[in-house]
Amino acid sequence: MLYQSEGSQAIAKAVALCRPKVICAYPITPQTHIVEKAGELVRSGQLDGCEFINVESEMAALSVAIGAQSAGVRSYTATSSQGVLYMAEAVYNASGMELPIVMTLGNRAVGAPINIWNDHSDAMAVKDAGWIMLFAETNQEAVDLHIQAFKIAETVKSPVMVCVDGFILTHAYDRIDMPSQDEVDAFLPPYNPETYLDTHDPVAMGAMVSPEYFTEVRYLAHLRKKDSLEVIRRIGNEFAKQFGRDSGGLLHEYNTENAETIIVAMGSMVGTIKDLTDELNAEGEKFGVLSIASYRPFPAAAVAESLKNAEKIIVVEKAFALGVGGILSAEIRLALNGGAVVTVVAGLGGRNITKQMLRECFLSKTDEETVFLGLKRDVISREYRPNC
Amino acid sequence: MSELTLGGRTVQATSDRPNTLTSGHRACQGCGEALGARCVIDAAHKAVNGKIAVVNATGCLEVFSCAYPENSWGVPWLHSLFGNAAAAATGVAAAMRLSGREDVRVIAQGGDGGTVDIGMGTLSGMFERNDDVLYVCYDNQAYMNTGVQRSGATLALARTATTLPNGSYMGSDRKTGKFMPQIAMAHEIPYTATASISNIPDLEEKIEKAINIRGAKYVHVHVPCPLGWGYPPSETIKIARLAVRSGLFPLFEAEYGKVVKSLPIDEIVPAEAYLKPQRRFAHLFGKNVPRDEADFLQNIADSNIRKYGLKSGGIQND
Repeated sequence: MLYQSEGSQAIAKAVALCRPKVICAYPITPQTHIVEKAGELVRSGQLDGCEFINVESEMAALSVAIGAQSAGVRSYTATSSQGVLYMAEAVYNASGMELPIVMTLGNRAVGAPINIWNDHSDAMAVKDAGWIMLFAETNQEAVDLHIQAFKIAETVKSPVMVCVDGFILTHAYDRIDMPSQDEVDAFLPPYNPETYLDTHDPVAMGAMVSPEYFTEVRYLAHLRKKDSLEVIRRIGNEFAKQFGRDSGGLLHEYNTENAETIIVAMGSMVGTIKDLTDELNAEGEKFGVLSIASYRPFPAAAVAESLKNAEKIIVVEKAFALGVGGILSAEIRLALNGGAVVTVVAGLGGRNITKQMLRECFLSKTDEETVFLGLKRDVISREYRPNC
Repeated sequence: MSELTLGGRTVQATSDRPNTLTSGHRACQGCGEALGARCVIDAAHKAVNGKIAVVNATGCLEVFSCAYPENSWGVPWLHSLFGNAAAAATGVAAAMRLSGREDVRVIAQGGDGGTVDIGMGTLSGMFERNDDVLYVCYDNQAYMNTGVQRSGATLALARTATTLPNGSYMGSDRKTGKFMPQIAMAHEIPYTATASISNIPDLEEKIEKAINIRGAKYVHVHVPCPLGWGYPPSETIKIARLAVRSGLFPLFEAEYGKVVKSLPIDEIVPAEAYLKPQRRFAHLFGKNVPRDEADFLQNIADSNIRKYGLKSGGIQND
């Protein structure tokens, strides 16, 4: 069904179509509209057989989902920023226990200084927690990725985080093609776990593992996570076949084939970048865009293949490691076995990323390795006094 | 206490006890928590024909019972984290309800650290929502698993690894320790009780009652720790009994925030009788101990005896 919807409300509707039995949430901006809508869908009877549980913290939100999923039912929660850090211990726990929980991360900066607006610092803070992490470019993709997320999670026994840019997507009204319940039911089978808390066949979940076996447990988890790359690709293809939208998979390539310069990015800014490169290419430039759809596990081989003929690679990222530099850039460099990559840090704490700013940056001949887009130099020169 | 007739036997004394926490686990000799947990889970198991699932907080009980590739539990059992047992149990209870298994009762359990300190937020949330969970705290009054550090439930003036008496410093600060049953009662949940491993019939009766109530239930079990408290492992039951007899651990039940019944002490003893055999209080019985320090815990005991009517035949409201 085509209709006009706020991103958050469409996400909640898509989640409801996946028939979770437990939705638990603690409010945090900009995730709030998602859980408000989810609660409404449960209480109005539109999502039958589901409980919406208001909890007292993000730690409890994910823990309730952990308990419910351990007892054998499909569970969902959503958070942002400080919230994902407050539940960080449970984030690791859910993946270590191989619980296929789906969580939306409405991406937002992490304080201090406190800031409620969008960047990717929150996702980067939990990038190594063992979750599959998918990034949505548009609200249509956000809808589609949530439907795929449950199927991926349950196929590979891993929690999946769907990363959706706070405000830019969560609060934006877009044209959404919402699948019907029958279509989603045909795509996503009922949850049928192998191991769960069952009085007829008691199991102990969450055992302590000593040095004797810990390496093996982690190595197996590593292998399974790497194997899930193929599953993410396959389920993306299945979705495309059934729904006619290529919104999942590992990467989205745009004019990369004959590009001299390839811009690598994730999330909503990809749309702006595609628009800009269209303009630049019309002016005779040769730009391509590579959007990372599956950030975790990281599709290093596919990235290397896509970038192999590029003369210049520019990675635009909405987070960076203080005192180190770009995070995605470092992974791109590793995938390429070294090589020059320009890092553009952009959109921190919700600063707008405009085509004009990016145009100057992409066409610049500077050999700076890390560029901070739109940095107010006068503020820096006034405030910065070297300590040594 | 009931007569020792065949029919009046405790679950623990019957040959067909469920044995939900089997032998071979790694608890210390004389561990009060291992005994308490076995009695609690066996009693619950028997009361509802084995239809229980257990969520365990991180701590001694979890560590000594589930070291891969072994595990001692004969019930569906989940360990997630230190501070989230109550929330995870909320999720388990919801899942049971939503998958046609309403008959399965959910128990969350943890030590005092996992309950009154790091897990208190999730526990309070579970109480406030009146989720269908029985939470059992095994209180040994310190972080035993990490080496006997002070918790919010540590009794005043106790010596722990982080409250070593030194000069005029007399051990854990002069608070009474956070008494979780009163905090549970403030949430006006359907049922709150305290129990002691020195009185198994009473403990089993309370668990049997609690597990059959729908909504949030809280049972706080006093479980001495020979290693952390500094007494011989053979004395665990005796120490537990002295805690009750001194008045320092009152036994009572409350419904919707109101005490409805307390168990009168059969033979009141001075606090000193409980404190002196334990190394954690040895510094209170040396030379030059200020009078008010020595009297402080006796005053708490006296206050409990008055407050819960432990001398006068107890409170009998039901």
